[in-house]
Amino acid sequence: MKLRVNGREHEVSAPEEMPLLWVLRDVLGLTGTKFGCGMAQCGACTVHLDGDAVRSCVLPVGSVGDKAVTTIEGLSTDGLHPVQRAWIETDVVQCGYCQPGQIMTAAALLRVNHKPTDAEIDAALSGNLCRCGTYQRIRAAVRRASQIAGG
Amino acid sequence: MNGMTDLTRREFLKTSAGSAAGLFIGFYLPLPSLLHAQEQPAAKLPPPNAFLHIGTDETITVLLAHSEMGQGIWTTLPMLLAEELDCDWSRIHAEHAPAEPVYAHTAFGLQMTGGSTTTWSEYDRYRQVGALARQMLIQAAAKQWGVDPQSCRTENGFVIHGGEKLSYGKLAEAAQQLTPPTSVKLKTSKEWKRIGKPTKRLDSPEKVTGRAQFGMDVRFPGLMTALVARAPVFGGKVKSFNAEKARAVPGVATVVQVPSGVAVVAQHFWAAKLGRDALEIDWDLGPAATLDTDKMREELRALSRSPGAKAAMAGDVDAAMRSAKSKLEAEYEVPYLAHATMEPLNCTVRLVGSGEQARCEIWTGTQFQGPDQAAAAKVAGLDPKQVTIHTAFLGGGFGRRANPRSDFVVEAVQVAKAAGMPLKVVWTREDDMRGGFYRPMWLHRLSVGLGSDGFPVAWRQTIVGQSLLEGTFFEKMLVKDGVDLTSVEGAADSPYVRATANYLVDLHSPNPGIPVLWWRSVGHSHTAFVMESFVDELALKSKKDPVEYRRRLLKKHPRPLGVLNLAAQKAGWGKPLPKGHHRGIAVHESFGSFIAQVAEVSVTGDQLNIHRVVCAVDCGICVNPASVAAQMEGAVVFGLSAALYGELTFKEGRVQQSNFHDYPLLRVHEMPRVEAYIVPSSEKPGGIGEPGVAPVAPAVANAVFAATGKRLRRLPLRLGEPA
Repeated sequence: MKLRVNGREHEVSAPEEMPLLWVLRDVLGLTGTKFGCGMAQCGACTVHLDGDAVRSCVLPVGSVGDKAVTTIEGLSTDGLHPVQRAWIETDVVQCGYCQPGQIMTAAALLRVNHKPTDAEIDAALSGNLCRCGTYQRIRAAVRRASQIAGG
Repeated sequence: MNGMTDLTRREFLKTSAGSAAGLFIGFYLPLPSLLHAQEQPAAKLPPPNAFLHIGTDETITVLLAHSEMGQGIWTTLPMLLAEELDCDWSRIHAEHAPAEPVYAHTAFGLQMTGGSTTTWSEYDRYRQVGALARQMLIQAAAKQWGVDPQSCRTENGFVIHGGEKLSYGKLAEAAQQLTPPTSVKLKTSKEWKRIGKPTKRLDSPEKVTGRAQFGMDVRFPGLMTALVARAPVFGGKVKSFNAEKARAVPGVATVVQVPSGVAVVAQHFWAAKLGRDALEIDWDLGPAATLDTDKMREELRALSRSPGAKAAMAGDVDAAMRSAKSKLEAEYEVPYLAHATMEPLNCTVRLVGSGEQARCEIWTGTQFQGPDQAAAAKVAGLDPKQVTIHTAFLGGGFGRRANPRSDFVVEAVQVAKAAGMPLKVVWTREDDMRGGFYRPMWLHRLSVGLGSDGFPVAWRQTIVGQSLLEGTFFEKMLVKDGVDLTSVEGAADSPYVRATANYLVDLHSPNPGIPVLWWRSVGHSHTAFVMESFVDELALKSKKDPVEYRRRLLKKHPRPLGVLNLAAQKAGWGKPLPKGHHRGIAVHESFGSFIAQVAEVSVTGDQLNIHRVVCAVDCGICVNPASVAAQMEGAVVFGLSAALYGELTFKEGRVQQSNFHDYPLLRVHEMPRVEAYIVPSSEKPGGIGEPGVAPVAPAVANAVFAATGKRLRRLPLRLGEPA
């Protein structure tokens, strides 16, 4: 099947029911998207499907169709998407494992809501777990990213 | 320092490490206060080449003897080195060191990360390396200019003499030829430019782009993925199995039996998972198949009513109890807990060559390179020198990746050996959650007699729970007269106990056969909850303000007293709060640091809301205040997850929880405002990764009492539970 990932088209041979996460990681070698729970509980596997945040660990690759998949590797070419810049400025990361998922969720939020309230930030990111507990900085960084992006 | 290949570095290490202490010699982990007292200054200066590489391109590569698992040492250790080296901070690049004797922990003698020890244990070594290298660079420049080294100075990566300057990169090759000095003078704290300055993390750019390599992300041609079907009950063994259907799954390469179960090896995770799902295994479950949390609780309770091994005692506790004015008794309990690191366990192994040429290569996120290397060598039938460990970033550790039994490494080597191909053993979340090595369940029974002034005259406390160290190579050193020091830390040495004239703290260590392990804050994860909740009970029974009561008990202990006062002041203790909000306080020493926290909560029905947590921190000299603040925020979240939700239970030997839907962690919408205030100090550095966890649960429980009048003596805190 054909799969459009980060602006490139790939010919992928994988069973239709294989979750997109494992196609990205094990077939295409895009390891920035993380495995955390396998049941859409933690958000570490978040990618964009036509710009919307989805949990790739429960999304059968066969259901992606011609929608554009964006992973953390494709969020920006230079690693300086407003959300990434805000994350660095705010010193958010600790172990860092959940952060690609947090960043992809935040970027999807800011795409449709340029200036989210704290409650909207919480609602959008409540599906993303961080065991290191960086939530306070995640909130601050989303607000900062909104500023950087001119929201 | 310059142009060293991995091979020459390895050779260098071999010789420079010389007769470095055997893996476990000199290892000890006494109570934190003792630890600090016994710490010896490094007898020998460290070989700078093992820790620092200056490239001709001006890159300053710092090799880290410890693992980065979120706690920030990727930045803190380079700060120590850079302080003395006087280099350009923007050129710093950090790397995990390989597993080699020269990287052994300066206090413990084996390469490891744990016990919140990295900063203080490397405080001298990394500064010495920086100072040695700086001296050698000055010598090299002085030689080139034909001037007295004393007349040269350094600044931001240059050696300067009069109007002349040479960069470190240009001098590195010449400096490399010099013999390192045998003595070195370190800066005084007044001369510091970097230590104490809030410094942003060096690992952010790779962690926000997905480039950071975790163990889970290791890839190379020919690498397979393996999933292991493990026994549903601890200690269970495979009786027989049928792998026919598993082998038929497309992508499955082989199925092999290993001591822990049956491994399915496949081209990728998904095939391995489908293959494992298709296995038919008949298990011999063994004696642990009857484990049941409710029964265990009754067993612990029964034990708590009988005398145990003595951990601390003074005076005549029985006589003092009889003559006490009043008495307070209570039972506290905490459950088994999983570490639940965001990155599930995994380990990649490649076995190559034979005989003298044989090598075992391991890629994993580990806190325990030393023990893992030795354990892997044993399984592979090799010498530890033939085992290479590439430490990847750890997607969280919290103690789970510091296992004296090296469980996930040993198993991966077993699978790779049996399968005969390079592979990565991946644990699913369910495997990780049900795979054991938990913080044990603990039960404390307390009975305290109070004098006419309302302060303790007799303190009797019995602690019951599984020993973390029994049966490990730590046992000899850390279990004394039947007392595992990690079981009683924070209680046997509590200033409240020691302020009482008559006390007895004893311990029972039943072993129900559940694998247990240190969990961020170790013994303090239960003792702080018990001590700080119970001292609140004593204060209230004596009709005294909880802060005032603690002040009196801590009057001879300036450091905990200092953070207690600071936290109370910053939180506005005694001042009015928004309607329905209530405060609770806790103060606790662990890992050489002192933390006080004030939690502000409200209760709506059975719902507990945490609004704010004020932390006061005395960690001695604070190397990176930015990192300390981040650790406080994270520790509060870790502590709240345990206080509000954390609980693993057993039924018919099976762990009943499996993933984040039934083992919830705190989420962003529940995050309180966390403030960290650091006490300026010139005391030697203490730990910071763990100490912030311990006071969270009691501060919240004390606030819940203030809000509801209900004393919750069991974790997780449940408002609906009878008091």
